This record gives sequence, structure tokens and C-alpha cells, in this order.
Amino acid sequence: MLFVTVPSPQAKEKLQATIDNYLREKIVLAAEAISKSAFEKINDNDVILVYGCSSLVNRTLCDAHTQTDRTFRVIVVDSRPRLEGRETLRRLVRHGIHCTYVMINAISYVLPEVSKVLLGAHALLANGSVMSRVGTSQIALVSKAYNVPVLVCCETYKFCERVQTDSFVSNELDDPDDLIVQRKGQAQLGGWAENNSLRLLNLVYDVTPPDLVDLVITDLGMIPCTSVPVVLRVKNVDQQ
Amino acid sequence: MSTDDLIETFRAQLRDDPDVASAVAAIRALLGFLRQDRGETIQGLRSSLRDAIDTLSRVDSSVAVNSGGELFLRFISLTSLEYSDYSKCKEIMIERGEIFLRKVSLSRNKIAKLCHPFIRDGARILTHAYSRVVLRVLEAAVESKKRFSVYVTESQPDQAGQVFINLQKMAKALRKLNIPVTVILDAAVGYIMEKVDLVLVGAEGVVESGGIINKIGTNQIAVCAKAQNKPFYVVAESFKFVRLFPLNQQDVPDKFKYKADTLKTSQNLTEEHPWIDYTSPSLITLLFTDLGVLTPSAVSDELIKLYL
Repeated sequence: MLFVTVPSPQAKEKLQATIDNYLREKIVLAAEAISKSAFEKINDNDVILVYGCSSLVNRTLCDAHTQTDRTFRVIVVDSRPRLEGRETLRRLVRHGIHCTYVMINAISYVLPEVSKVLLGAHALLANGSVMSRVGTSQIALVSKAYNVPVLVCCETYKFCERVQTDSFVSNELDDPDDLIVQRKGQAQLGGWAENNSLRLLNLVYDVTPPDLVDLVITDLGMIPCTSVPVVLRVKNVDQQ
Repeated sequence: MSTDDLIETFRAQLRDDPDVASAVAAIRALLGFLRQDRGETIQGLRSSLRDAIDTLSRVDSSVAVNSGGELFLRFISLTSLEYSDYSKCKEIMIERGEIFLRKVSLSRNKIAKLCHPFIRDGARILTHAYSRVVLRVLEAAVESKKRFSVYVTESQPDQAGQVFINLQKMAKALRKLNIPVTVILDAAVGYIMEKVDLVLVGAEGVVESGGIINKIGTNQIAVCAKAQNKPFYVVAESFKFVRLFPLNQQDVPDKFKYKADTLKTSQNLTEEHPWIDYTSPSLITLLFTDLGVLTPSAVSDELIKLYL
């Protein structure tokens, strides 16, 4: 904490040092720590399902492939309109990991052969809910129905003190025109704006309730979803 | 102190006091080891204690010995060891070790005090295998003048001879307390569940998710209890809390699943029968520990406090 009596240039330096430190510890090193604990959960002959594009998950899988001699294959699930799974696919295939690519409609078809699901998160809310890219809660729900463990990788800086019980509250709306698709020269939803009774909804995030998530891997270790408030409490004590 | 002496002390503790938990015997042996250690540095001491814990785990592969040893090590090194004099530091560590041992020996009575009010007069209790903590709880309930009856499962391992000893142990102990006991087959749990009011089991280890590792068959009992809406209570001391997080049965490390001798001599572990299974936290109603009465989700909070 900086006192008002510290002269300006020194205060600036101290602030810069603190920011650099925070960046290094909580973001860069945390990613390494998470990747290390996460690949302990990857066993030989595992089939891992991933969704969208998460830098943590990609890093874990690539590290597990290069640093251990375990054989596993990955099923990349993707969804419109962002199609972020293609980036994941590109990165993993470049590392030599055996991948399968499906759209989100096919998850009930592939889930019986999946051994675990590895997801990223944008934020972890105080009641243990996971806020992530839209489609994540769907994957968690169907995985629960098939008894497949769901693991979420998340750094502690993403833990926030807000509580949300549904996905509509404080979500982001993306450009609805992204949902329009050209097929055989015809844009099916092209004239949606002129139609009074038609609205296109392109949501960016959704919220997964804590009972659908089995394990959260953070830089503080592996914790259940319900322990997020404890970590927040410990963090607050640290900062004081 | 050599490894053989350590193992001998551990075994002697178990022989002299058959009522003691194996983890407590391990901690006593470790305290003796600490006293006789001839090292000159703290790092050296910690690494030799770690090796000692490994040695003891190889003798008795239960989760509790491992977690108890780990917690002991953390408790004694948690002080600010700022003294430059090594012998003073060592004295403090030994003192803390004794405090830990004393706390741990009182834990069973604390648990019994917390748990026996949940046993109402006329209750029918189902329990599994031989647990000294459950026995202590039932003793406390008898002392508070409650009448209840107990169903005990046979808790079959594969050697038929062992069965007899196991079944005799729990049933005998209960009969000594004048509690009406019925021994049932492991397969009869689903049949008896409708008659039972509550299920009470011990644990060999409590994992981070709030689930437990216990004698094989516990998971089945928990699933039956959930299906028939009967409360499933677990009693465990806090030194059994371990930083594992199994996702399913396969995820429990092999070193806990099989007995220490089997691990050393067996060629192919897939042919051996596991001795323990993992019960997930969604099937457990409450855990009674010396840290209080906890819901499964509170276990992780307590673990974070214990280990961080």
C-alpha cells in the first residue's frame, strides 16, 4: 500500500513494480502452475473433451503431450457464430495431438466415449457458478447426465465477488448479424430487421451452476466449486 | 533412528494399544523419531521426517497414516523458527509435536460428543466394517441412556478367514456394550435399508471434495441410502483430511487401494481386489469431525485452513 507521504517518482516506481509482480505471479506463473496440476488429472488412454478456445486448456494439453508420455486424444467441440474451436484445433494439431472436431449438436453422440471434460472460464462467481462462453453450461449439463467429470481451469484473479443465478443478468450482446449464414447464395435470416415479430439474440456468456462442475483447478490447488468464497476471503486477508 | 527401529516402534504401538488409530500410532512413532534425530539442520530434519513418513506408509498403506504424517509435519514446522540455535528450534518442534499428539488423542471423544445427539431413542443404525470411531460414538450414546439397535455388514474381503475375524470384532464389541446387533450380508444392504433410520460409517480418509475413502462397500451403502432418503453420516478425525481430489473410483491412487504387502509383492495389480472405495460428497449428509459438524462442501474450507 502506498502512503500519501511517498514522493511521486518513487510512488510511481513502486506502483510499477507491484503491477509487474502481480502480472508475473497471478497471470504468467499461475498459468504454469495450473497446467502442472491439470495434467496430473490426464491419464493414459484418456479421451478429453474441450469447448471453444481457452489458452489455459490449450497450454495444459500441449504440456501434457510434450512433457509426459501419456497417450490421449481430444475432442474439440465448436459452436456458431464464433467458431473458436477452430483455433484450438489448429494449435493442438500443430503439437501433434490426435483431435476430433464436432459441433455442439453432436455432444450426446460423443460423450459416451469421453473420460473427462476440460473447460476454461471467464469468471468464477462467489456462489461457485462458472461464467464462460455461451454453450459451456450446455456441455456441463449433458456431461452430468452421462456421468462424465467436468473440470474447470481458472486463475484466482478471475474470481469475483458478484453472484448471478441465471445467464441473462449482466450478459453481453454480440452483433445479431453474425447469426446470418449464407447458404447457396441465399442469406436465410437476411431480412430479419424488417420483420416485426423476429429478433435475433446473440449472447456471449452463460453461467454454469456449481453442482454441474466437479473440480476447479486454480493456482492455489484443486478445489470444489463451493470453495470459491473461501479463496476470496483468503485473498482479501492477504491484500490487507 | 534407523528405519527398522522406526517400523518396530510403530508396530509396537499398534500391538500395545489395539484401540489406537493407526495414524496416531504413526504420529507417536514419528515423534520418537524426531526426538532421536541426530541431524544438524532444519531442512535435513524435514527431509528425514518425510522419508520416515514414506517408510511408515509402506508398512501400512492406509490413507490416514499418510495424511496424519503430512499434517504432523506441517503443524510442527508452522511456527516461526527464527532462533539461530538449531537445538532450540528442535525443542520447539518437539513441543508442538506433543501438542499435536495430545489434540489428536482427544479427537475421538470430541466427535462422540457431537454425534451421539443425532442418535434418537429407538433408532436403528446401519454401519459398515469395523470403525473405532463409530464404536466410541455408540458407546457415548449408550452412556446417555439411549436404546437403539445396530445392523453391521459382514464387510467381506476375499479371504474367507478374515471375514470371521472382522465380523466378530465389531459385533463382539457391540455385544459387550449390550447393544442388540444383527450381522447382515453385504448384499443385503438394499434389503435392510427401508428398516434403517440412519447410516453411520467411519472413514479412512476424507478428500478435498468432501467425499470419503473407506472400506470397500461403503459407496454401495451410500447409494442405497440416497435412493431411500436415509441420512448418511460419516465420523472422522481431522488428521484423516487429505489433499486428494478423486474424480471417480479409478482416480484413487493405487498405493491406497491395496494393502502394503500386496503392493510390494504383486505382479499385476489389476488382478487384485481393492480394499477401499470412494464415496462422492453428493451422497453424504453430514461429517462429524473434531473441527465440528461439517457439510461435505465445508470440508474443502477446513482443508484450506489446515494446509495453507
